[in-house]
Amino acid sequence: MKPIPWKGRSQLRGSGLDSVSAEGFANSLKAATLIAIVIFGVLVMRLWFLQIVNGPVYRTQSENNRIHLQDIPPFRGMIFDRNGELLVDNRPSFDLYLIPENVHDRPRLLRNLEKLIGLPMEVTQKKITREALKYPFRPILIKRNMSRDELATVETNLFNLPGVSIQIKPQRHYLYRDFASHLIGYLGEISESQLNTGNYPENKQGDLVGKYGVEGRWQKLLSGLRGGEQVEVDAAGRKLRTLSRIPPVPGSNVCLTIDKDLQMVAEQALKDKRGAIVAMNPNNGEILAMASGPAFDPNVFITGMERSEWVRIASGKDHPLQNRAITGQYPPGSTFKIVMAIAGLEEGIINPQEETSCGGSYTVGAYTHRCWKKGGHGSVNLHRALVESCDVYFYKLGRRLGVDRIAHYANMFGLGIKTDFDLGSEKEGLIPTSKWKLKRFGEPWQPGETISVAIGQSFVLATPLQMARLIAAVFNGGYLYQPKAIRWVGKDDRRFYEFAPTVMGRLRVNPEHLEIVKRGLIGVVHEPRGTGSKSRVDGIIGAGKTGTSQVVTLGKEKALTAAGHESEDHAWFVSLAPADNPAIALGVLVEHGGGGGANAAPLAREVLAAYFAKKKVP
Amino acid sequence: MFDRRLVQNFDWILVLILLLLTLISVINLYSATFPMRNAGGMQIFMKQTYWFLIGFVVMLLATTFDYHLLQRLALPGYLIVIGLLVLVSLVGGKISGSQRWLSIGGFTIQPSEFMKMAVVILLAKFFDEHLQPGGYRLRDLWQPFLYMAIPCALIVKQPDLGTSLMILIIAFSIILFAGMRWKSFMILVVAGMGSAPLLWFKLKDYQQRRILTFIDPDLDPLGAGYHIQQSKIAIGSGMFWGKGFLHGTQTSLHFLPEQHTDFAFSVLAEEWGFLGSLILLVIYFTLILWGLSIAANSRDRFGALIAFGVVTILFWQLVINVCMTTGLLPVVGIPLVLISYGGSSVLSVMAGLGLLLNISMRRFMFQ
Repeated sequence: MKPIPWKGRSQLRGSGLDSVSAEGFANSLKAATLIAIVIFGVLVMRLWFLQIVNGPVYRTQSENNRIHLQDIPPFRGMIFDRNGELLVDNRPSFDLYLIPENVHDRPRLLRNLEKLIGLPMEVTQKKITREALKYPFRPILIKRNMSRDELATVETNLFNLPGVSIQIKPQRHYLYRDFASHLIGYLGEISESQLNTGNYPENKQGDLVGKYGVEGRWQKLLSGLRGGEQVEVDAAGRKLRTLSRIPPVPGSNVCLTIDKDLQMVAEQALKDKRGAIVAMNPNNGEILAMASGPAFDPNVFITGMERSEWVRIASGKDHPLQNRAITGQYPPGSTFKIVMAIAGLEEGIINPQEETSCGGSYTVGAYTHRCWKKGGHGSVNLHRALVESCDVYFYKLGRRLGVDRIAHYANMFGLGIKTDFDLGSEKEGLIPTSKWKLKRFGEPWQPGETISVAIGQSFVLATPLQMARLIAAVFNGGYLYQPKAIRWVGKDDRRFYEFAPTVMGRLRVNPEHLEIVKRGLIGVVHEPRGTGSKSRVDGIIGAGKTGTSQVVTLGKEKALTAAGHESEDHAWFVSLAPADNPAIALGVLVEHGGGGGANAAPLAREVLAAYFAKKKVP
Repeated sequence: MFDRRLVQNFDWILVLILLLLTLISVINLYSATFPMRNAGGMQIFMKQTYWFLIGFVVMLLATTFDYHLLQRLALPGYLIVIGLLVLVSLVGGKISGSQRWLSIGGFTIQPSEFMKMAVVILLAKFFDEHLQPGGYRLRDLWQPFLYMAIPCALIVKQPDLGTSLMILIIAFSIILFAGMRWKSFMILVVAGMGSAPLLWFKLKDYQQRRILTFIDPDLDPLGAGYHIQQSKIAIGSGMFWGKGFLHGTQTSLHFLPEQHTDFAFSVLAEEWGFLGSLILLVIYFTLILWGLSIAANSRDRFGALIAFGVVTILFWQLVINVCMTTGLLPVVGIPLVLISYGGSSVLSVMAGLGLLLNISMRRFMFQ
């Protein structure tokens, strides 16, 4: 039977015949009243039990409520290099805390602390904020990482410092200070906004969390889980016994793909210079070394630093926090000729045997474009043009290709596109097209600009990582790998992440054309008048391309130009060895370093020599 | 215009009870937020006072129209609140990991609180329009189940297990009140017990932990277990006379978590003792019995159902909250209506009480 729809009741309403309809609920109402009374009785009995029967017991407990919760911080995961060499671990840190409830005479205590270990009173006072005083039993951190002497002094005078407690906590320790700092990253106190995102459910105010590099990217797994204990303390806040305890869970470890020794050499080569060196395994995209100068010491973010040091790191002219290997965008200069050569061959514009004469300059309309070699190279074919880096040859080629066809090949080589490096935010560089210029400046592309593009100038920008990957692709059969710096992340035998190569793109290019370019790049290193001869390592067939990119000086920077240093060109060298069995690809850039052959190629040599020397000794 | 009998029949007792409860709430909230008066505590206290003032206006407004108007407004109102819940899941503010709030010009509202009233009114409309002598069978009830399931699903996702359970309990109370066949009721009970293990696996980790902690407090000595223990110490230590206003040590030393919301009752019991707690419970139960009598005397089925629904909201929240703070139930995060801090809860309950008044004063309209 279907329920009777209660229609027509609106007519009844007016007649007043409906007043008894609630009677249908009479039984329900009786039951509801009964339930309410019974439950009321249960609640009153419960309160009677808690407040009258057990009242005195709870009263005593509340008066001596000395059961506190204490955090036990977890051990943050360690970081290793590819061979399992320890790079980052934790050291015990003796921290000085103050428990407001147990302080009897605050001014006296602060005076004593100043006298004993030289903590300025005002500084200590500032840490005891109103907010912190809200929780009288919550310890306030006064000083992290006390020295041995300070610790001894405080320990012996503890009886005279009521309210002070010393806690031993693990503290992050970067073994080699500014080593690989851009990859490893640093820790910083968690920010209000980070806490509010809900992405850090395990963290509390005052916690240190990863802010950059591996520390930032793998924060969740590295950090581990906080433990804690319920402890009973006496009136002075001293721990009497542990009532219950949840042990902390240590974080996962991270193994990098970099080789510590190679990274050291790369950093040493860059010492006192601004620039970057990237070493990559051309066959899978593993980063073997990634150095960026100047670097910084992540330890100072934890132990505290002078204001001047902070200013230098955060906003200094040298931008030490910037990882130049992935965020530094520079005109690639003559290293771009690799792309040009392939484009010319693929488009059938040049015949490798065909020769062009270089008289030292090339004039289009009113503009004269100079070759770097004043007297000119005379008659050159493609091979010689690559080996000796003849500009005029590529000016002519560029003019015939046009900017949009150049852009097509540059993109194919991964330029102007992010490499999807697995650590940190990178820049994508820039490959101009006629469309891009119209959109960006509202002006059409000028043919003269194409001539600058042909030698990697004009608007063209690339990162050292992109260029290393480019030369790798020429020699590895045309694969563009995603560069990765993490070998694995895991704990004990479990792996939460493990390296696997990812192919991002392929060069769809005639293998014969690649062969021609490869021979040219080997010639750069090994033939007479090759511009990259300073990268030569005994017994190894290397390949490479030099680049010297002009720094465009705009009005505001002219002043710096006058100072001399800033006006120098950027020195580039991209390299790969051994040419017949590729094992390492390099991108080297020295900001304002001068000519690439003289200033970047020798740095590549140092890294290559170290790499092959280590390889020989198993 | 206004019928004179409406004024004559105005339910002053109900208003008096409500005034008493608001007074207790404000005094208690002052004490609960006193320890953090320098860190926004005063603001919480003032905000709640404003909410009460707005609440009284809402309550009076809810008496001005004939409550039968709600038959037409029930479905649109319900859909609007559902819309707000969906909005919350899209753009809502997150506080400690769950997304429950919408921010409107400095005030945050929690749509799930309004959902309780919306479900009550919609169910009242349904049972008013569908009569089933001899009791409802399961197949007659697919609509009420749907009305209940949609908001429950949305609120569980926030995640706010407490409020969605609350809606479930309220809806079931109304369905049972309307009358179900014994056989159908037993089927439902058995099915509910059968699906319990399934639900268990749907719970979030922390929710499972809370229930396990309730069974064995040692499982979470740093979280819920500790809170229950401290709440029991607070209530118990109040003894017969209490420690006195602003003298609760558990409160002032921050041993209690959420002392202005979920654990407001513990603050009251500590400072006013068994006597104070008993007085609060008596006032509260007077309100509930009064509400039931309004349901009994209401002029028609629709009025009785709404009145009963409002009473249900008050009753179950009181019972669950007091059981939670005294350690009889797991900590599920249900505030004590009218006593705990919470603007949306005040507004929706005051609107509900306004409807009670409305139904009460129109009971003799056609004599």
